[in-house]
Amino acid sequence: MNTEKGRWSRLRGGLLFTGPTLFCFLTVMIVPFFYGLYLTFTNWDGISTTQSLVGFDNYLGVFKDAVFWKSFGLTLKYVLFTVILVNAVAFLLAFGLTRGMKGQNIFRAGFFVPNLVGGIVLGLIWQFIFSQVLVYIGTKTGIPFLEASWLSEPGKAFWSLVLVTVWQYAGYMMVIYIAGLMSVPNDILEAASIDGANGWTKLGRITLPLMVPSFVVCIFLTLQRGFMVYDVNLSLTKGGPFKSTEMVSMHVYGKAFLSRDYGLGQAEALVLFLLVTVITLLQVYFSKKLEVEA
Amino acid sequence: MAGTKAYSGWVKTVVLSLLLVLFVFPFLLLLLNSFKENTAITSNPLGLPESFDLANYSKAFDYMNYFGSFFNSLIITVCSVLIISLFAAMTAHYFVRNNTKFSQYTFLMMVASMIIPFQAIMIPLVKIYGSLNMLDNKWSLIYMYLGFGCSLAVFIYHGFVKGVPAELEEAAQIDGCTRTQTFFRIVFPVLAPTTATISILNVLWIWNDYLLPSLVLISPGNRTLPLSTYSFYGTYSVDYGPLMAGLVLTILPIMIVYLFAQKYIIQGVMQGSIK
Repeated sequence: MNTEKGRWSRLRGGLLFTGPTLFCFLTVMIVPFFYGLYLTFTNWDGISTTQSLVGFDNYLGVFKDAVFWKSFGLTLKYVLFTVILVNAVAFLLAFGLTRGMKGQNIFRAGFFVPNLVGGIVLGLIWQFIFSQVLVYIGTKTGIPFLEASWLSEPGKAFWSLVLVTVWQYAGYMMVIYIAGLMSVPNDILEAASIDGANGWTKLGRITLPLMVPSFVVCIFLTLQRGFMVYDVNLSLTKGGPFKSTEMVSMHVYGKAFLSRDYGLGQAEALVLFLLVTVITLLQVYFSKKLEVEA
Repeated sequence: MAGTKAYSGWVKTVVLSLLLVLFVFPFLLLLLNSFKENTAITSNPLGLPESFDLANYSKAFDYMNYFGSFFNSLIITVCSVLIISLFAAMTAHYFVRNNTKFSQYTFLMMVASMIIPFQAIMIPLVKIYGSLNMLDNKWSLIYMYLGFGCSLAVFIYHGFVKGVPAELEEAAQIDGCTRTQTFFRIVFPVLAPTTATISILNVLWIWNDYLLPSLVLISPGNRTLPLSTYSFYGTYSVDYGPLMAGLVLTILPIMIVYLFAQKYIIQGVMQGSIK
């Protein structure tokens, strides 16, 4: 009797404490995820109430969709450059802003500002800068490099997107690197100085090895955001000119919601998910191996 | 020796200041041009405005349905952040204090799900909630934010609940509190710093989100600020004046918050990243 009552009240407590979260988590993340798996085997067009099973046709379609692979390759190139550049800039900013220089809090706050604003708005601001301001400077000063809008030339449009991304995320990653730098124990650095280590030796032998966890987090975040880029892509270039900046996320969106090919779009989304998972797991695995204890 | 140190410090300040100008310059440019007429913007985008004419602002204000969108954004952000914090804290607390197989596996599943990108879910999500007639509704969107946001929040809370001494809760229960009362009177208040961190991360994300609201909210009356800014841009892409004003209006609320809570926001991001 007593234990039964106890079990019942435990169950009720569990339902009260975890029920809402788990129900929502299941219905918003898990069920759609598996339903999405099912959708890749159908030919749903987004309008009809029925769809039929088409086996692996959509996955074959993914391999045949040359535009998908082009945008996929482009995304890989974009991710490679943004991960390197965002983290390099962010680390240098953080390194410059942790030695107790005057007004370092103002600098930190300033570099963080782009992260307060959504990608859509940032993209529109830079769209204006690339198509009006830089062109104006170019024609006034006669610098041919700036005379035509970068957004109208495929090669330069890609680099514009990279540039805006670096500007957008460097401040965020900087904050994480600052936290990492501040957690490097001062007494170790002092001990190294007494032993005669110079600034570079201290950086290479002590600071960087102890910062591996921050690098893991930042590279993980930049990888994820890079693969998923959508907002800035949409508002800065709309994938243009001639689809030369259409990243994979935008391509999947177009396949599903504009071409109404939901099965194929979902199959492409899952291929993307698998590749991102493999890449991030590898990254985390190899960086964990580099980690050291202070 | 001291001389070179002072010199290098000076160089560093100059380099960082130049970088800072570069970082903030786009926003200044936006502000300046928001007071100018279209012809003045296209003929000289770097020029100062002749007067602080608010015509662009009133135009943008009307066409964006600024108040409507602002309140939609506000309701959606505030409600989502509140329920994510509350439910995630309760769940994390339960997982830590009832360390059963069920807790362990569910927690593991939630952590693992964080790697799933939104793009892999959006198509089935639209299909399922569309067939349930739950699209174009703010409350559905808030519900979805709980679903997408709870994993990270539970994960962060989980680490911090472990730091709350169990004796504290036992003492409260001896004093006659039920488990629910213990949570709300003792545990949740103790977790306040963590709640602040989680709220900051979620506000930055939800307030600025575009893709999910663009899929869920269909009618113009439901639009959030990012949605109405973008649709405004779609109709006025050549009329730069009102567009600049519209962008300033979109940025303004979060900048005002940042002005006052800057220290906490940066701290929140810092703490949220140390996992």
